[in-house]
Amino acid sequence: MLKITIGQYYHANSFIHRLDARMKLLCTIIFITVLFFVGNFLGYALAAVYLAIVIMASKVPPKYLFRGLRAILFIIVFTTFLNVFFTQGEDILFAIGPVQITLQGLLNAARMATRLVMLIVGSSILTLTTTPIQLTDAIEFSLKPFKKIGVPAHEIAMMMTIALRFIPTLIEEMDKIMKAQMARGADFDTGGLIKKAKSLVPLLVPLFISSFRRADDLALAMEARCYRGDVGRTRMKQMKLAMRDYKALAVMTIFVALIFALEYLARIWGIW
Amino acid sequence: MSIKISNLSHTYSKGTTFEKKALDDINITIERGEFIGLIGHTGSGKSTLIQHLNVLLRPDTGSIIIDGEDIHADKGRLKAIRSKVGLVFQYPEHQLFEMTVFKDVAFGPANMGIAEDETRQRVEDALAIVGIPPELHEKSPFELSGGQKRRVAIAGVLAMKPEILVLDEPTAGLDPRGRDEILGRIKEMHEKLKLTVILVSHSMEDIARLVDRIFVINHGKIALFGPPAEIFAQTQQLETIGLSSTQAAYVAKHLQEKGFKLPDGIYTVDGAVTEILKVVRG
Repeated sequence: MLKITIGQYYHANSFIHRLDARMKLLCTIIFITVLFFVGNFLGYALAAVYLAIVIMASKVPPKYLFRGLRAILFIIVFTTFLNVFFTQGEDILFAIGPVQITLQGLLNAARMATRLVMLIVGSSILTLTTTPIQLTDAIEFSLKPFKKIGVPAHEIAMMMTIALRFIPTLIEEMDKIMKAQMARGADFDTGGLIKKAKSLVPLLVPLFISSFRRADDLALAMEARCYRGDVGRTRMKQMKLAMRDYKALAVMTIFVALIFALEYLARIWGIW
Repeated sequence: MSIKISNLSHTYSKGTTFEKKALDDINITIERGEFIGLIGHTGSGKSTLIQHLNVLLRPDTGSIIIDGEDIHADKGRLKAIRSKVGLVFQYPEHQLFEMTVFKDVAFGPANMGIAEDETRQRVEDALAIVGIPPELHEKSPFELSGGQKRRVAIAGVLAMKPEILVLDEPTAGLDPRGRDEILGRIKEMHEKLKLTVILVSHSMEDIARLVDRIFVINHGKIALFGPPAEIFAQTQQLETIGLSSTQAAYVAKHLQEKGFKLPDGIYTVDGAVTEILKVVRG
């Protein structure tokens, strides 16, 4: 079975879970942005500590979080590799022919890898602690200002809700069809690229057909319940900022201030 | 020559919060040529059990021996085992994908590496068994009716010439006529081709009419097993599990309570009719 952590909600009752989705979205965006300003290892250490505290507060098992990293392992390895071998620098550690490994290269690689890992883990926390519905509500809210210039905020949010809602369903469906075809002797694992691609036809055709059928049913069910789009639509769960949201924002602000202070100091002291 | 399941256990998503023990120490022996009914409420572990029978799932502990061979022992024998044990999933028509009915049924034999002539013969035989007339062979499977689609999908498994046929609720969502047709075909195959059949169903009536022996599965364990007459007499146990006996069994029981001298062990409509007539006519 496929294991996808991104977009999968992990149910628990924690401070992070109770936060307003909009606040979580804002904090995640700030965190990701700040990661790109960090250039020294003290800053990364601080970000890691901060992330660790958030993970602990979220009550999501770390094993669950890091499983999501497996999917992008290749990208991490690839960027590390590129950085190690193709960064120009003065402090050459050793060289094999035209390939030089420099101190700057190693540092860059370490920075990029840490940044990527924290990026994924940070955004996974958002999706793991926020139900897809809350998340899309938050996205819809933050897209509202762009409505005036013709961005269909509500429609985008609804599409995302539906897409997220159907990821597990489609995975389940795929698992079922795969098993049914395997019972008829289908082989998805062996053979060359072309053979493998061909072997996907018995999987994809039924999957597409069932998706269309589901889309039809869903559209009908939505219409039957008088869905007419954005205009005049109210919410069952109103989003309200509470004290804890302001606390979270305060913590985030302190973190950002610390990061920039460290960055400033690191420049003065000349830390990597 | 039999299926021997010993100490079979299976747990889903081991080590996560979704961990679920689906099968717990299952022991079953099924003889060649038997018609077996497998009943249990939703989520009882029926589907997990039958997926073990053709190695779509692997047991955590325990083994399944078919005709003296441990089917989970050798990965190289996977295809051979999967053609020996034909598994028809729930709503099998959802797996249809080819351009024509013929090609779809030929998918299984082709995967087994069977020659073209033989495949053609097998496909024609399989479609004849399920009652799909030749003029439909070159049609797209998506143009057929629901019942026809399902029969084509079942033919797709039959074309692999299994010796053991496992069907997971083959009549779910069909109208009474489609249901009777499919069950009739299955019974026919069982008698003519001497197939061992394992039928999973929620319909006690269907099970009562067809099978030689019943296994009742509950929370991943075998709760009851025996011939239908024995199982359907245990109304209370069945109801505690969330199942029920057949309607004929209930009618007979109520009549007995009202003082009619009916024998025990009535569970089919035909059986009830015979016995009631005997009593009424003296």
